[in-house]
Amino acid sequence: MKFGVVVFPGSNCDMDCYHVIDQVLGHPVSYIWHQEKDLAGYDCIILPGGFSYGDYLRIGAIARFSPVMDAVAEYAARGGLVLGICNGFQILLEAGLLPGAMRRNESLQFRCQDVFLRVENAATPFTNQYRRGEVIRMPVAHGEGNYYVDPEILAQLEREGQVVFRYCTGEGEVAPHANPNGSLGNIAGICNRSRTVLGLMPHPERCSEEILGNADGRRLFRSILSWWELAPGKGATACG
Amino acid sequence: MFQARIYVTLKQGILDPQGNAVQGALASLGYQNVEEVRVGKYLVLSLAHSDRAEAEKEVREMCARLLVNPVIEDYTFELQEVSL
Repeated sequence: MKFGVVVFPGSNCDMDCYHVIDQVLGHPVSYIWHQEKDLAGYDCIILPGGFSYGDYLRIGAIARFSPVMDAVAEYAARGGLVLGICNGFQILLEAGLLPGAMRRNESLQFRCQDVFLRVENAATPFTNQYRRGEVIRMPVAHGEGNYYVDPEILAQLEREGQVVFRYCTGEGEVAPHANPNGSLGNIAGICNRSRTVLGLMPHPERCSEEILGNADGRRLFRSILSWWELAPGKGATACG
Repeated sequence: MFQARIYVTLKQGILDPQGNAVQGALASLGYQNVEEVRVGKYLVLSLAHSDRAEAEKEVREMCARLLVNPVIEDYTFELQEVSL
């Protein structure tokens, strides 16, 4: 299974993602420069965290118009797997590949801390190695993760099982004080209707090895591999 | 040539943490009559158009495509003819 990590000017988690795929999972991975227009041969595209284009105007607003994003939209439309982490999630929202928008954190603070997440949907290509309702720990590092979407679409996300991760306490209680940014419904990550595009604010690539003190994020990447193995050729024919 | 002055604000009803912080700071300075503060963006574009209707159309298009996120933001703009 071949992964591609998109590099925008200002991406800064691209090397971490590459490292996890290459060294931890032992799978082929390449960087994809933002000027690239061809994603043939990739089985999963990762939009990493960072501050693409300096986050000028609005976060993700300029990145979404880079040449590679047209290719990513086409890739996603054909059923290809797309994972957006932090800034990558914000870009997916700006590009309209996932619904909603990010506002400044309610506290106005840049939050760099570990958070607890409840896995709300374990039946996706990105979460099948977790259990539904399981509480996991991941780091967040962002100033704008305050997710917003209008009430009708929020209801649809809830109904269709598109809310994948929610901020919670260590005991799994979804409570305001467990929410680092004020996001609606404590939402930390959502997917599209077909489950093939996931965006999340926390950083699974920063917690994929025991030596880092936490390997909860590794199962997200392992989920992708396991989904791929169970659906051989599915992505390849869709995206090859 | 035209100058477009574009004001981008968060939609009514969308929480504005920045505005709330500014309001709190004003209140701490003794300005108790400030009921709400909304912080927005102000963009000034110089446009090499000679036709007002064309310029207006393009400003709307630029707002819709890039300058404004319609999920959370509203905008208004003024267009003024300027000489070089």
